[in-house]
This record gives sequence, C-alpha cells and structure tokens, in this order.
Amino acid sequence: MKSFLKYREIWLLAGIVVLIGLISTRFPGFADPANLRQVFNDTSILMILALGQMVVILTRSIDLSMASNLCFTGMVVAMLNAAHPAIPIPVLIVIALLVGLVLGAINGFLVWRLNIPSIVVTLGTLTIYRGATFVVSGGAWVNADQMSPDFINFQRAAFLGLPVLSWIAIIVIALFFLVMTRTQIGRSIHAIGVNPTASVYAGIDVGRTKFIVFCISGMIGGLAGYLWISRYVIASVEVANGYELNIIAACVIGGISIAGGIGSVGGAVLGALFLGIISNALPVINISPFWQMAISGSAIILAVVLNARGERRQGRIILRKAEAA
Amino acid sequence: MTDTPAPRHIPDRLDKPLATAIFSWEALLVVIAILIFAVNSFASPYFLDPWSLSDLTFNFTEKGLIALAMALLIISGEIDLSVAAIVALASTMMGMAVQAGAGTPVLVAIGIVVGLGCGAFNGLLVTRLGLPSIVVTIGTMSLFRGIAFIILGDQAYKGYPESFAFFGQGYVWWVFSFELALFLVAAVIYWFVLHRTSFGRRVFAIGNNPVACQFSGVRVDRIKFILFCLTGLMSGIASVLITSRLGSTRPSIAQGYELEAITMVVLGGVSILGGAGSILGVVLAAFIMGLVTFGLGLLNVPGIVMSIFIGLLLIIVIALPIIWRRLSVGRFA
Repeated sequence: MKSFLKYREIWLLAGIVVLIGLISTRFPGFADPANLRQVFNDTSILMILALGQMVVILTRSIDLSMASNLCFTGMVVAMLNAAHPAIPIPVLIVIALLVGLVLGAINGFLVWRLNIPSIVVTLGTLTIYRGATFVVSGGAWVNADQMSPDFINFQRAAFLGLPVLSWIAIIVIALFFLVMTRTQIGRSIHAIGVNPTASVYAGIDVGRTKFIVFCISGMIGGLAGYLWISRYVIASVEVANGYELNIIAACVIGGISIAGGIGSVGGAVLGALFLGIISNALPVINISPFWQMAISGSAIILAVVLNARGERRQGRIILRKAEAA
Repeated sequence: MTDTPAPRHIPDRLDKPLATAIFSWEALLVVIAILIFAVNSFASPYFLDPWSLSDLTFNFTEKGLIALAMALLIISGEIDLSVAAIVALASTMMGMAVQAGAGTPVLVAIGIVVGLGCGAFNGLLVTRLGLPSIVVTIGTMSLFRGIAFIILGDQAYKGYPESFAFFGQGYVWWVFSFELALFLVAAVIYWFVLHRTSFGRRVFAIGNNPVACQFSGVRVDRIKFILFCLTGLMSGIASVLITSRLGSTRPSIAQGYELEAITMVVLGGVSILGGAGSILGVVLAAFIMGLVTFGLGLLNVPGIVMSIFIGLLLIIVIALPIIWRRLSVGRFA
C-alpha cells in the first residue's frame, strides 16, 4: 500500500476525483458518465499533444513549436480537403502525420546534428511554422463550408459508444504506453533524461534518440492538427496560438520533470485531463471563463511545488549539510 | 638570502587581441545590422529619414528593456517566461488606479512596484523552494495574465492622463524618443553592472557552476533572487512605456513579448545554457530585430511573415558559427 502511494499519478488521480466531487456539489450533473465521456472527448487533443511533448521533455529537451506545427499541418490538410474533397480521410490523416513528421524532423535535425539547445531551435521554428502557415494560406481562412462533410464528421462518428476522436486518443495513449514501457527506445528516452553521460556509455545514441523524440512530437503535432481543425471547423493562422504552453502545463501538472528523466504516460494523460476538467467545469458552475488562466497557472505552480519535493538532488542535500556544519 | 619571487602583475581581465574582436559574436551582429540597414535603404526610399528611423526604435525599446534584465537572468542559468504577463498585470493595475483617479507619478510607481513584486514572487518560488524557473514562470505567466483577465475580462481601461503619454510618445531631443533614451541609459547601466562589477562576475560564475559558486561563498540564491526582481522591475518599466504609448490596457497587451525578448537575448550571443554573453550583443540584437521588422514593414510585409525572418535569423545566426567551426576543424584536423 505504501509503495502504491508513492506514485504521483495516484495522488493526481485522487486530486481529479476530489475536483470532480467539488464541482458536483455545485453542478450535480458533472459526475454523470455521459458528461465525463464528453470531458474526455473534449480533452482528447490536449492528451495526445501532452504525450508527444512528454517524450521530448523526458530527454531534457522541450518542443515549443508543437502548436505552430499543429496550425501549419491543420491548414495544409484543410486546404487539401477544400481543393480535393475526394481524398479519403485516412489518407489525409497519413498526410497530416507525414507533414508533422517533416516539421518535427527539422527540429530534431537541428538539435541532433548542430547541437543547438532545443529551446532555441523550437523558439525559432515556433515563429517560422506559424509564419509558413500564413505563406501557404495567403492569410485566408478555410471555413466550415469549404470542408467536406466527411472531413468534419469523421471524428464525430460514434463507435462502440464513443466518438472516433476519443478512440484515437485511447489508441495513442495505448501506443505510447507500449512504447515507453515495453520497448528499447522507451527505456532509452528515460535513460537519457536521467543521465545523458551514462547513457552514452551504455551504448545509447543520445543525439539520434533526441532526433526520434522530435519526430514523434512532430507527428503528434500533425495528427492533432487534423483533429483540431476538423473539431473547431476553422483553419486560420491564429489556430492554437500560445497553446504550446498549455501542452507543457499539462505535462508539468502530470508530474513530468522539466529536468528530464521523470514522468509517465499516465501522468501526462491525467495532467491534460485535470486542465480539461477545469475548462469544462467553469462555465457550468457559473465562474467566468476569464478565471481559467489564473486557475491553471496556480495549478501549475502547485504541481511543481508538490513534485519538487520528491526530486531534490543529492548534491543539494550534501550542500545543506556542509552549510550547517 | 631569501629568494623573493618578483611580484607578478595579474591583470583583471585578459588582453583581447584585435583578431578575437574581429571574429567575435558582436562583430558578426554589427555586420548583419549593416547589411540589413543597407538592404533596407535600397529597398525603400522612406527608410533613410530621421523620423522613420526614430519610429523604428519603438519596435524594440520596450522588449529591449526587458531583454537587458533577461540577459543577466539567462547568463545566471535561469529564465523568466512570465515577463509579458507581468507587463499585462502591471498595466491592468495602472488602469485600475486611473479609474480611481490616480495621477501620473502614482501610475508610474504602481507599474514599477507591481513589476518588482511579480519578479520577487518568481524569485522566491525559484530560490526558496528550489524549483526550475522555466516551469515556475510558465505557471506565473498564466497566473499574472489570468489575474489581468479576471479583472478586465473583455473590457479595456482608457482615460490615462495627458502627462502620462510622455513616457511612450514623448521626445527628449529632436528625434530621440524618451523610450530610446531610457533604453540606451539602461543598456549602459546593465553593461556596467554585468561587465565591470563583482556582481556581474558572480552572475557569470553562477551560470557556469552554481555549486562551485556556493562553495566559494557566493550567495547564489540571493543573486538569483535579485536578478528575478530586476527582470520584474524592467517588465514594470516596459509596462509603463507600452501603456503610455497605446493609451489603453487590454488583458492581451504585450502577448508574445516573452519569446521576442528571449530571441533578442539568444540572438545577442547569450548562451541559453548560461555562463556566457554580453550586453553589447543584446543591444545589437535588439537593433537588428527592430531593423528587420521595420524594414519589412515599410515593404508592406505582414507581421506574421516578418516573424519567419526573425525565426530564421535566430536559427541561422546560431547555426552558422557551429557549421563554420565544424568545417574549419574538418579542414585542419
């Protein structure tokens, strides 16, 4: 039981249950399974994105360009659909994955081959990809009436009681879980974050692994691009502006250490759900949506404070002793 | 006979040969600035006019002020992503004060104090609780701007007193705006502090090895706390300037400034990993970013396309020396 409580995911899950409980006292219908399914569906895109960001953060890197990647890929897919409505949706999804992969690979290449810190690379590509969206679209929007009904309805179709969007999220979560816990690359990603030098001696190609995680986050960004555009049925340059920080916030709340090496698939998913629940609950309990930003900010700070207690470095403890002596 | 060794003179700093100065980062930035300046003057007939050059400076002075303090913070190995949110919160507080009938001196004081307070809050979280600054400031970024949104919602504050307009719109002498003058004075002060005082030396030392600094008797946490306060203070000052220039406050004011300020710092040759950088580089980078955005603006290039140039500039300027080094190592190895 004690070892069970050690997992921060359990605490986060408890926090979420308490949160849902609190909301239910104000709005009894919130804990209704149908409503919770709705919340899960609403949060699907954020969960997927948080997982893509998680693998990057685990390797002590960061991908600030995910939201811009989403915006660019979403625009490309929407324009393709508007121009050629006959292209089947699965093909469009593959295209979205590929476009995202290319954008992610550019980040990864710069980090891997030129050794530029990832925060600098993705700060640059954040503006470049969003600017490229403008260049591709000429500043025009793609509206709902230009998109084919298939494009819009694909993710809304119900399958075994859940919308396809939720199933996509579940599949992505399952894939990440398998990769992170059952494959060599998953172990390598964790190892690099814990100790990059030791990883080199253990025979892990650190640079190549970082390249791969950026490819993964890029593909996720691309997939989320299609899902986002078909969900909110508008493609513009402003799509998901500033969303990169929400994605990182979900990871941080989920207990993924920004210093790398610590974090799990469950944490990322729960962190995203936490934010999703807050944004879904505020309107129904009559709190102005303008409160959302301050609440998620406080949640982030609280989460870091709580998580940091378990992460204190050995070096600091020695130092404290030396100070006391 | 005792053998006393001849007293040796140990210089405070090593002599810089001319060759290192020529191949320095700052020199590269100067070359880029001259190139962009030349291209701009050819591309648009309106560019080489004292008043348009003066307008140009408004593009970077506010962000530049923040970037000066951010440079010190990044050199010490920390970062502050909440600066733009501090600007928004300070501006909102000033707006509230105007509603309550405050005069110009009170407004300026409020802007500065709110900025300082927010910076101190960041500093306390990072130094007292030992939290990573990137995450803390992502949190406070949402928190500070969130408070501005709670107070303002979809409203805006207007009605700033006329004398308040001087800070963002006034001119000190001929085409030299108050903003530019303030930026240059602040740049000199920051240059002096970073490159000519023991405090500045400690900032570099902390960025290179905080643990060794702690053991050498440097109060690492206190200096980091001061740097966070400085960054907050500069954001507060920037908030006064922006609010004065725009004459109104919306909660979305200064959106995205944090990334532009950091781009300036990194473009200026400050290592994002800490421990290296110079104020001259940051000032040059601020001018370059101003030149690029203004020059493209004269050519009617939309702002979003300009951001591509800024992003490319950032990556290319960082990548070029690395590629150059690779190539020269390959040749001589």
